[in-house]
Amino acid sequence: MRFLAAIALTWITATTAAMANTGIPTDGALGFQHAVTPIMERIVEFHDLLLWIIVPITLFVTALLAYVMVRYRAKANPVPSKNSHNTLLEVIWTGLPVLILMVISFYSFPLLYMSDEIPETDFTIKATGYQWYWGYEYPDHGVEQYLSNMIPEDEIVDGQERLLSVDYPLVVPLNATVRLQVTAADVIHNWAMPSFGSKIDAVPGRLNEIWFQVTELGTYYGQCSELCGRLHGYMPIEVRVVSQDVFDAWIAAEPGTDDANAILAQNTADRATRLAQLD
Amino acid sequence: MSADSATHDDHTPSLWDWKRWVYSTNHKDIGTMYLIFAIFAGVIGGAMSGMIRLELAEPGLQVFNDSFKLFGMLEMGDSHNYNVMVTMHGLIMIFFMVMPAMIGGFGNWFVPLQIGAPDMAFPRMNNISFWLLPAAFGLAFMSMFVGGPAGGEGFGGGWVLYPPLSGLTGHPGPAMDLLILSLHLAGISSILGAINFITTIFNMRAPGMTMHKMPLFVWSILVTVFLLLLSLPVLAGALTMLLTDRNFGTSFFEPAGGGDPIMFQHLFWFFGHPEVYILILPGFGIISHIVSTFSKKPVFGYLGMAYAMVSIGVIGFLVWAHHMYTVGMPVDLKAYFVAATMVIAVPTGIKIFSWIATMWGGSITYRTPMMWAIGFIFLFTVGGVTGVVLANAGVDAALHDTYYVVAHFHYVLSLGAVFAIFAGWYFWFEKIFGVKYNSLLARLQFLFFFVGANVIFFPQHFLGLNGMQRRVPDYADGFANWNEISSWGYAIMGVGMIIFFLILIEAMMSRRKGEANPWGEGATTLEWTLSSPPPFHQFSTLPKIK
Ligand SMILES: [Cu+2]
Repeated sequence: MRFLAAIALTWITATTAAMANTGIPTDGALGFQHAVTPIMERIVEFHDLLLWIIVPITLFVTALLAYVMVRYRAKANPVPSKNSHNTLLEVIWTGLPVLILMVISFYSFPLLYMSDEIPETDFTIKATGYQWYWGYEYPDHGVEQYLSNMIPEDEIVDGQERLLSVDYPLVVPLNATVRLQVTAADVIHNWAMPSFGSKIDAVPGRLNEIWFQVTELGTYYGQCSELCGRLHGYMPIEVRVVSQDVFDAWIAAEPGTDDANAILAQNTADRATRLAQLD
Repeated sequence: MSADSATHDDHTPSLWDWKRWVYSTNHKDIGTMYLIFAIFAGVIGGAMSGMIRLELAEPGLQVFNDSFKLFGMLEMGDSHNYNVMVTMHGLIMIFFMVMPAMIGGFGNWFVPLQIGAPDMAFPRMNNISFWLLPAAFGLAFMSMFVGGPAGGEGFGGGWVLYPPLSGLTGHPGPAMDLLILSLHLAGISSILGAINFITTIFNMRAPGMTMHKMPLFVWSILVTVFLLLLSLPVLAGALTMLLTDRNFGTSFFEPAGGGDPIMFQHLFWFFGHPEVYILILPGFGIISHIVSTFSKKPVFGYLGMAYAMVSIGVIGFLVWAHHMYTVGMPVDLKAYFVAATMVIAVPTGIKIFSWIATMWGGSITYRTPMMWAIGFIFLFTVGGVTGVVLANAGVDAALHDTYYVVAHFHYVLSLGAVFAIFAGWYFWFEKIFGVKYNSLLARLQFLFFFVGANVIFFPQHFLGLNGMQRRVPDYADGFANWNEISSWGYAIMGVGMIIFFLILIEAMMSRRKGEANPWGEGATTLEWTLSSPPPFHQFSTLPKIK
């Protein structure tokens, strides 16, 4: 058992170390993407707890099954017993699961309410799903809707990700508490960002709200997570988390334009230089 | 009268008389037709999943692009056709494979036999129940070849059929209308079947067989058909509203006209959640019989088992919106559905532990059906615990519509329900067909299925945790490893499927005469008191149950 755990641990460490970019799926990964919001951190914690419950239960049932298979095989036990009742046992295996479920609820409900109740936010972003791209608006900053399309495979350049990178990403400042309002114009889409623990349906005629507060700089990728037709797999979501002054400059340069993108590119280049100097 | 009926009993019509099948009112013949139909549909649905796994074997579009030709001739089209494959795989496996096999096939065959009845209560209705299914299947199949969305054929909106994607906005072509009609027919077929089973079980039990002496398989079918009877009309209503939205200008689900697309989801899952229990409950019954037979012990906690199924059925109607945590529900409503959903773990746990307790103290022989049954218990446990994870709306924000969900429901359905079907198939094969199968080959098939299914679906948990969303023909490069392994699993399971057909052919060619009861003292239900195959009409004098 300890041996298996050691292997799993090595694997997890290896795959985590291999992650150059935090908000992106990793080959061979066994768990969640890196958590960068308070919600996702709580989700990861809670899921760890669940693993500590469901893995032992599965192992216990498997062990029990293996034991009866060997101990009560016809050769070892030629005469079957006729017992078919044991009230105490039945009470235990009804009661114990109830207790376990109560433990789970004790942690589950606070997480649910914490992620659902929107705290005081710094500003609002509106996302609209279309077949098959996203539109983003920053009403508090007077930014009108700009469209965010996937970069086709044959136009991918260095530093971009196939199926994940977009032409005009969503940008948010580090540590800002953001209210995201989501709707759709044609069919149902879903705005999902694994590293944030965000996933909310974009439904025509409805305005759904979630919130997030990103605590690490970086580029994060997600994808539309509700089947929306032919190009459902090709409407990614890219979020750049930058410092407040870069964000302000980006807003000033009019999001959705090449000028605004140039600011983001400059920021990425600066960061790379700084990181290189640190080494 | 008695002399007359004796000669009538001896008369079994020829296998090659087409009227015997088309006009059949015999529950065993109809059951056999259901089983054959389920195999036929299962092969088609399985081939579709093959194309899905072939596409997903590596990143990029290999199969569903405009240049690829399957076997050098079949054009597979674009990513819309991939969506059609995913949709039809789901619908076919649910409505035309698992349900016909479990309820129509085993239910028709063994409910009358196990309660000591000569036939079903309404034999002619039984006939129409079956024959509506090929018609429904035909409509569904046709839908793949008529216009769907602009510039594409077939319906590619997933088996959940959510509008507006299934409305005029997403699929203006007639494909969706054909699919609606297909599901209407399949629904009528199931409702008629449900009425038939309820009447049969309530009124035609042999003297002395009280409800609390009824075999668990009959209990499982009884609960299942009640779920069908109560949930299918809701689906039919939702589908009809969708049909009028599409064709007659209503706007039940059209926000522009004051409708609400989320309303459809509520109606759909009010049917859809009981539906997943419909798929698995008869399996519970089958597994109970097999575990008890090969442990040579009565089922542990019979009443607990029966009422666990009843309570699973009842709670099954109260949890539907746990499929909809991300639609933007009020948080208190989510909290209710979390609590209600987790409650289901309790009766499910009772069933798992009771099966193990049935084996405890037994004298277990590992004949083929027992291997499938034990495989079922293990796999169902895995699928069950991931269900507990998904029940929590908080975590569901990370897992909803990812491969974690795909892994979860394939563990309970593709592994759970399908393993239960094969367990039942090898348990009753000799009884149904009157010939023995090669048990070595059948065990080999089990081995390939067990390994293959786990290799397909276990890695999908990791994909889902890492964020891979469902229903996409192409994925980010970081998902490549586990997807490749998953596709290899399909190949392993495919070998198992070939072995399945070899077993069929071998059994039909060598014609080893079946025994009335091949399983010995553990097999105590009434079907084992009859010859294999049973006479064309059985129990003309009703058996007495002590
Ligand atoms: Cu979409």
